[in-house]
Amino acid sequence: MLDRTKQPLATLAPRDWASHPAYVYPGYKSTAKRGPQQPLIPLKASLGELQQPVYGHSSIGEFDHDLTRNARRNGEPLGERMILTGQVLDERKRPVRNTLVELWQANAAGRYVHKVDQHDAPLDPNFLGAGRCMTDDEGRYRFLTIKPGAYPWGNHPNAWRPQHIHLSLFGEHFASRLITQMYFPGDPLLQYDPMVTGTPEKYRNRLVADFSLDITEPDYALGYQFDIVLRGADETPFENR
Amino acid sequence: MMSALETNFGQTPSQTVGPYFAYGLTATQYGYDFDQPFDSAVALDGATGERIRLEGRVIDGDGNPIFDAMIEISQPDGDGRYPQSVEEAQQRGFRGFGRCGTGTDAQKRFVFHTVKPGAEAPGEAPHINVIVTMRGLLLHAFTRIYFSDEAEANAADAVLQSVPAQRRKTLVAERSEQGGAVVYRLDIHMQGADETAFFDV
Repeated sequence: MLDRTKQPLATLAPRDWASHPAYVYPGYKSTAKRGPQQPLIPLKASLGELQQPVYGHSSIGEFDHDLTRNARRNGEPLGERMILTGQVLDERKRPVRNTLVELWQANAAGRYVHKVDQHDAPLDPNFLGAGRCMTDDEGRYRFLTIKPGAYPWGNHPNAWRPQHIHLSLFGEHFASRLITQMYFPGDPLLQYDPMVTGTPEKYRNRLVADFSLDITEPDYALGYQFDIVLRGADETPFENR
Repeated sequence: MMSALETNFGQTPSQTVGPYFAYGLTATQYGYDFDQPFDSAVALDGATGERIRLEGRVIDGDGNPIFDAMIEISQPDGDGRYPQSVEEAQQRGFRGFGRCGTGTDAQKRFVFHTVKPGAEAPGEAPHINVIVTMRGLLLHAFTRIYFSDEAEANAADAVLQSVPAQRRKTLVAERSEQGGAVVYRLDIHMQGADETAFFDV
């Protein structure tokens, strides 16, 4: 047991409820029976909420960040190669270092490897669509991958998900966990997608990456920048409040 | 900095984990050819504390178990201590963090192999911190799991007591012993009369 009087603990910046989608959004049908309906109960973060899971660079494989290589069987995956990189920051614009970023996505044809995905588009024997990496000392992550295709889903008639990449991050605390999706600039499907429109309008553009010619590698791959902002700690320890 | 953040800086909005997270986040559990950084083994050999199995289902508003939810738990060991490094986790046989999808069990349960945690601080009851996410949840939910055989500590725990009295039972796992193993069981209800108490952490 820890003696809290000897260990200064930070306080956490709150979840910014204005930036996040609501639990129940009628346009996204699956939320109707799954989103909590009772008011959330306020909980001031204590030791447990401030922890972060421990893991290290040793658990990251050499090609885990390179989805064009990490599942090859008999050749290269098909599709448009792309680089996805960005900086993970806290709300004070400080880099979030050494944090795990996990990624999964559809292949270039808009098909997921997942057994549940029944979309009639081809699987790619050389592409899994999963990767992970750690952020560096400046909070930067970098993946090499294939641009995912759009795909249909059953939410409403003629529903198509915009091209997107799923991202999962931990940040510095249990309470700074974020699972999100990154979208591509100029995608005409964004306006019809309930996961996008379920996000408060003012903040939807935080989900859309920038195309970057600086990140683009000549004769190799297009570059996209997607910076991510996580909840962070205030600097005031409990004792000083 | 990305252009949207230059003029509109702040928390990146959450999005649902969707139906296809399994090969990205829980690949080994679901039989995909990729490993995963966290799994259902929170405690390994040598961990301090009473060895337990923690299990339950995630139930939707129609009373049906959800097969595409993912549960993550974080907890200290039996001494109330969280591992602070990979080396310490290896030395103590205790990872402190686990992840389990509900799509590989015939009963759609999450099942963790861990130890019963000690209290983190004086006056707090032993508990496990829980993240609940799934297709259809645009923002993950935070909850806690307390233990049925800790009635006295539970009655003194400020967080548990901040939950309306009739809803506290939604956070307390029932202890049983099955074939010599200690099992704690708690279903997580997303909606309905038994809706789990979720926290604004």
